[in-house]
Amino acid sequence: MPPSPSWLHPNPNGLFCEPGGFYIDPARPVSRALITHGHSDHARSGHDAYLATSETVEVMKLRLGPNHNYQSTRYHETHNINGVTVRFIPAGHILGSAQILLEWQGQRIVASGDYKRSLDPTCAPFEPVACDVFITEATFALPVFCHEPADKEVARLIISIAQNPDRNHLLGVYGLGKAQRIIALLRQQGFTHTIWLHGALVELCKLYERLGVKLGDVRPVSEADAKTLKGELVLCPPSATHDRWAAKFGNAITSFASGWMRVRARARQRGAELPLIISDHADWPQLLQTIEDVEAPEIWVTHGREDALVHQLALMGRKARALALIGFEDEAE
Amino acid sequence: MDRFAELLNRLSTCAERNGKLKLLSSYFREAPDPDRGLALAVLTDNLPVSFPMRRVLADLIPRRADPVLYKLSRDYVGDTAETVALIWKPEPRVRWNDLSLNAILTHFQSAKPKDMADILETALDNLDANGRFALLKFLGGALRVGVSARLAKTALAQAYGVDVGIIEEVWHALTPPYAALFTWLEGAGPKPDAGEAPFYRPVMLAHAIEDNDWQNFAPHEIAAEWKWDGIRVQIASTGTEAKLFSRQGDDISATFPEIIQAFAKTRGVLDGELLVRRDGAIQPFNQLQQRLNRKTVTAKMRAQYPAHVRLYDILYDDKTDVRALTFDARRQRLENWFTREQPAYADLSSLVPVESFEALRALWSTTRHEGIEGLMLKRRASPYLAGRPKGHWFKWKRAPLTMDCVLIYAQRGAGRRASLHSDFTFGCWKGAELVPVGKAYFGFTDAELKQLDKFIRENTVERFGPVRVVKPELVLEVAFDAVNASNRHKSGVAMRFPRIHRIRWDKPAQEADKLETLIGLIDKN
Ligand SMILES: [Zn+2]
Repeated sequence: MPPSPSWLHPNPNGLFCEPGGFYIDPARPVSRALITHGHSDHARSGHDAYLATSETVEVMKLRLGPNHNYQSTRYHETHNINGVTVRFIPAGHILGSAQILLEWQGQRIVASGDYKRSLDPTCAPFEPVACDVFITEATFALPVFCHEPADKEVARLIISIAQNPDRNHLLGVYGLGKAQRIIALLRQQGFTHTIWLHGALVELCKLYERLGVKLGDVRPVSEADAKTLKGELVLCPPSATHDRWAAKFGNAITSFASGWMRVRARARQRGAELPLIISDHADWPQLLQTIEDVEAPEIWVTHGREDALVHQLALMGRKARALALIGFEDEAE
Repeated sequence: MDRFAELLNRLSTCAERNGKLKLLSSYFREAPDPDRGLALAVLTDNLPVSFPMRRVLADLIPRRADPVLYKLSRDYVGDTAETVALIWKPEPRVRWNDLSLNAILTHFQSAKPKDMADILETALDNLDANGRFALLKFLGGALRVGVSARLAKTALAQAYGVDVGIIEEVWHALTPPYAALFTWLEGAGPKPDAGEAPFYRPVMLAHAIEDNDWQNFAPHEIAAEWKWDGIRVQIASTGTEAKLFSRQGDDISATFPEIIQAFAKTRGVLDGELLVRRDGAIQPFNQLQQRLNRKTVTAKMRAQYPAHVRLYDILYDDKTDVRALTFDARRQRLENWFTREQPAYADLSSLVPVESFEALRALWSTTRHEGIEGLMLKRRASPYLAGRPKGHWFKWKRAPLTMDCVLIYAQRGAGRRASLHSDFTFGCWKGAELVPVGKAYFGFTDAELKQLDKFIRENTVERFGPVRVVKPELVLEVAFDAVNASNRHKSGVAMRFPRIHRIRWDKPAQEADKLETLIGLIDKN
């Protein structure tokens, strides 16, 4: 077996490409950062220079401020950074999300960031790329995590709304990606009704619209008189479903869309009366499928349940290594 | 199976009693026979079969899951049935056409013990994740969705607009899958014959007393009794048969055979506190706990933890309903009844004299006998009313004891708290050493849990498997109900029901309490 590539390795700032002189999704401020996608544990402020897909750059302008040194790329465009060939490949996680393909001296490494393989009308689907080393997340790397088909879960939400004309539904969702994916899936299933938004989601939904993702009739809920709302769907950040803001919607049905909802104890912990098992991360079967698809003899495992995935990879005869990267929230969804 | 699985799925995330009643009622109205009767049986703990789940799963899991991955999953999920249901990758070799609960059970009923694992494997291969979970919970005999037998019966009563008392009355005469019951409720058959067997009546509950309650009564209007730290029970007997019910109406007769034997020949319905009493003395609650939730009880357990009922009210004197009488009149009846019937393993709750509220308060604050939680105050003129009526019965609990302890070990929780450290061991000072004195799992909000978790991650000195040794810097104010001497613990003491009362981020660890202070609080009879 060839020795493990050592030209890409973790250091206290994050994942560092030595010959290229850049980091991927670094946790601390660095001179040059390649960013896989706009979630806050991957795209942080304070770097001197950023390279990301144009959609991710738009997200960063909104969240980190417009005055950073951003460079955008299209998917599949080739960049040469100090002799390292770099390409951004769709990861299917959220709008603009990318795997970063690095080639140097005949070796290929793919840093996949966060990814999924399931239906998402708001972003380009994951593309497997054959490589020598595949770096994978492990958020849902336990065999108990097998997400339900997202369209089936959205259909359950539509049924629940129809069955409860006197109660509002408060749906807690991650504001970047999950919210827009669920809205798009609702529209695909013919749900044309107004969807109300908590203030924290408004700008991100506008951004998606501007980048060409049609969301239909979505409005800030601050424009409505909360007391008169009945049988409506309101989207909000997960933390808002049980704070004082939520009280004005009366005896609402609290729902929550996340891969963690697969486990009943987690759904109860969230106080979700209608848990929806929808995730933007790969579940266990998708992780294993992807490892087959990329045909990499060596797999590096980052944030999440590294223990289970490293064990499984050994069973599959792959060389596996847990990268102890700091700064990624293992609860992130 | 789909309907039952969906019912269980919805119940497991429904916290409100009314929501649960609604889900159960519509299930009972709409689900087909005999599946709904089987569901009612498992909800009321009347499932006729007992399935050797532990043995069968031990046989089955290694066939279909890697042991390391299974263990990691089980630790995360916190529940065996759910873990198996989720980890299972269906590979059906045999297709079953009829997937009703009843049809699936039929496969098991005719099977030999050695074939159980094969049949369960086929069943799980034919079901989806929710169906697998429901089947495993059903076969395990305990659904654990926060539905008591009483709640299931209440939902059934609501589904058909009848009083739950009538369901209780006919209940004992029924057997799963309750075809006669459903036929009657749907108006298609006669009411099942109630016969003579004893049944449960709803109990009367007390409110915690508040400061402004005192002005509403005078000392002579109130009867006072000690509040014993056991479990509330009802005994119903017909002269040939007795049954013991929990406060919620669950039949716990099998767990306490000596009480059933003692009351079998008596006649009436009585209210009291179930306790452990040895050598004439009431024992701490943790001894009673050894006997709760067991389906069978050994002679050794009976000898070690003898059960006892302290009677304090009477609902039926033989066949006469005395609930409308005043407390004083019922008390007279109770005393006469007790003199007449003389059941073993029982006595009467004695009345505490109420000369003045000042004298009562002095008694309340100084009495620290084993097993006494405080006082009960009951209006002498009140009838026996079902539920928790306002202004009749009051519980006056002693404030809990508290100690400032230092956090020394932490461990990840199971289930919903698997990702956070939520089991905390704390200690008190013995000289310069911290001696562990207890462990607490609850008593904090989720926000506090997160702060604690952060503190623990940042102050871990050493790790032993799941246990982290923490720098002894954080003071926890621990509340508890009592302290017992214990030779099982290095400290020599065991706290009863410790919970974290406050996190004292402000207090230096050196100022935490000493072990000798805790030892001084040990209850001495
Ligand atoms: Zn992400």
